[in-house]
Amino acid sequence: MADINNGYLLQQLQEKFEADIISADEPYGMLTIVFDKNKIIDLLSFLYNHTELKMQFLTDLCGIQYPDNEGKEFGVIYHLHSLQNNLRLRIKCFMPKDAPQISTVTGLFASANWQERETYDFYGIIFTGHPDLRRILNVDEMDYFPMRKEYPLEDQTRTDKDDTYFGR
Amino acid sequence: MSNIQISPPPAGIEGQGFFATKIEEAIGLARANSIWPLPFATSCCGIEFMATMASNYDLARFGSERISFSPRQADLLMVTGTISKKMGPVLRQVYLQMAEPRWVIAVGACASSGGIFDTYSVLQGIDKVIPVDVYVPGCPPRPEQIIEGVMKIQELVKTESLRRRTSPEYKALMASYGIE
Amino acid sequence: MQQNELDIANNTETKEYTTLNLGPTHPATHGIFQNVLTMDGEIIVNSEQTLGYIHRAFEKIAEHRPYYQITPLTDRLNYCSSPINNMGWHMTVEKLLGIETPKRVDYFRVIIMELARISDHLVCNSVIGVDIGALTGFTYVFQLRERIYDIFESICGARLTTNIGRIGGLERDFSKDTFKLIKEFLVEFPKIFGEFTSLLERNRIFIDRTVGTGPISAERALNYGFTGPNLRATGVDYDVRVMNPYCSYQDFDFTIPIGKQGDTFDRFMVRQQEMLESMKIIKQALENLPEGKHFANVPEFFLPPKQEVYNNMEALIWHFKIVMGEADVPKGEVYHSVEGGNGELGFYLVSDGSRSAYRLHFRRPCFIYYQAFPEMVKGSTISDAIVAMSSMNVIAGELDA
Repeated sequence: MADINNGYLLQQLQEKFEADIISADEPYGMLTIVFDKNKIIDLLSFLYNHTELKMQFLTDLCGIQYPDNEGKEFGVIYHLHSLQNNLRLRIKCFMPKDAPQISTVTGLFASANWQERETYDFYGIIFTGHPDLRRILNVDEMDYFPMRKEYPLEDQTRTDKDDTYFGR
Repeated sequence: MSNIQISPPPAGIEGQGFFATKIEEAIGLARANSIWPLPFATSCCGIEFMATMASNYDLARFGSERISFSPRQADLLMVTGTISKKMGPVLRQVYLQMAEPRWVIAVGACASSGGIFDTYSVLQGIDKVIPVDVYVPGCPPRPEQIIEGVMKIQELVKTESLRRRTSPEYKALMASYGIE
Repeated sequence: MQQNELDIANNTETKEYTTLNLGPTHPATHGIFQNVLTMDGEIIVNSEQTLGYIHRAFEKIAEHRPYYQITPLTDRLNYCSSPINNMGWHMTVEKLLGIETPKRVDYFRVIIMELARISDHLVCNSVIGVDIGALTGFTYVFQLRERIYDIFESICGARLTTNIGRIGGLERDFSKDTFKLIKEFLVEFPKIFGEFTSLLERNRIFIDRTVGTGPISAERALNYGFTGPNLRATGVDYDVRVMNPYCSYQDFDFTIPIGKQGDTFDRFMVRQQEMLESMKIIKQALENLPEGKHFANVPEFFLPPKQEVYNNMEALIWHFKIVMGEADVPKGEVYHSVEGGNGELGFYLVSDGSRSAYRLHFRRPCFIYYQAFPEMVKGSTISDAIVAMSSMNVIAGELDA
């Protein structure tokens, strides 16, 4: 059996998804790949069912936005963990702002359910096939996606603050 | 002899076998020493509130042994923690369900003013939705501070006029919050 | 009413369900989240969660604050064990900057984190008792928590939202008083804890109420992303402290307690045992405490001591630079996780080289595993569901970010 490490993992991925891996990197010891968003389910099920890698634990799922990255404004970042091999992998998928859509991974990981809802709530990324894609943390009536960079942090309806004292 | 101190009686006329005082003060005294708090504990301050109720600090010494989780039997609404905009209507509903006379204490910076969370999702102080009697600063306040806040409430309760809740000023205050 | 129930029992087609609203401010939820339960008599048929009642937008704030101002935010995630969050955040930034902390800092951090773990588990376990009707244990162990608070207070001046430590170390060395308090705690803890244990662990009512309630299998738990004591109760020995040792945890000798069935009793027992393990770790850390400095050599991030600032030009410059946020941060992304009170508490930090985080995502264990609640309580009675909920230790601050 080969040594299961980042090199082996990358080699396995390149054999199977040569054309879909956009880039691969290893910042701070964690293998990070940028992947074609249309094939995310294939990738995750490959890793899930792989007899040696067994990446069956979805540690984290979150969104990110790069407003200046034209055509790739929104991203979804998956952190996978293989508990048997203690190997972690970060997968990033980017999508354009006019069609922020990606398939849901709730079929593979039950834990993705709320995390995808949260990502939708924050960034408006639509997870196609999600069983119940509603806002989760914010009020249902909210008409924007607050984590997007164009929206301010502070409550805009406040009247009791005098900006001159805060240097704003 | 124990060192229990008996609080002084209200001003009145004392004679052989009788004591006469104003009903207002007698009621105030009784109310002030049997406040049933409703802990509306949402976040970090809630843990300090638990510490206040627990054995070391023991809020029961001030006549608040019985915590009322039902708003209908509570006298004092203790809002301990951040109130988000999603929570605002719930808080108001709880306040409306309480019977008069009712008092409100805002424990902690978040309940008083939004605290460090000046964000789109946090209500900037509960006095935006309900009237507040006492504010307790701190993030979170120490149990001693919370007790001090309760004692301030006790003072208010003790000295409150029986007519206050029917006065036009009070009605105007309620109307300013849209509460009938 | 009884006639009606009979009808329902006999005729499944016209079965009527009751909707029961548990929360958001129900005393049994111990936090602010809503469970809408569909009940068939006293049996839960379905439940649906609403959360976000204390959503405070941590991640958005983090994008607008310099690194050292994010520490107070982490305090308020899982406020039962704030120091673990603080340390986790500091270690994340240290990983990004490539700072090596001296061993003494690591050992101090281990002591603080394990104390925090004890205080977190104490709340959870005593609250399980409260939900079953044993309020005594709760009021009793809060005395222990007060001792832990005293220790924190002597280290950093705060009780609950501690903000302990700085990026690159601790703000000051432990004082003599701190050591004294910790040693006293180590003597006092087993006594009170033993009494608490004997009150519940072999109590017939407690066992009847907790064994077999709210169970979850190891496979489902992993699929739901369980971590921490809740996962270990199902029999999976995943602990970040051992799997990816941080902060010199590899120097310590301790065992990971695991359960078998993943029910409320196992979760309770795993936490009980973990507290004893934490105590072992603290003892070892105190015995083998290395000499050295209480901060790493990173003048560009670690605030110099005040007397230096007043007397030394260079220290003054660093102080100014740090406070104004002018220190250089490398670009990059880093994921670091620590074993929090509830499980793997992860920090995913993306830095674009500016003074504040470009994106900071918290992996909040509560948020991830609370999704499994409907599956765990389906078919159980409401009283069991409440105990199962408190044994999961859902902290609203962590749940809602």
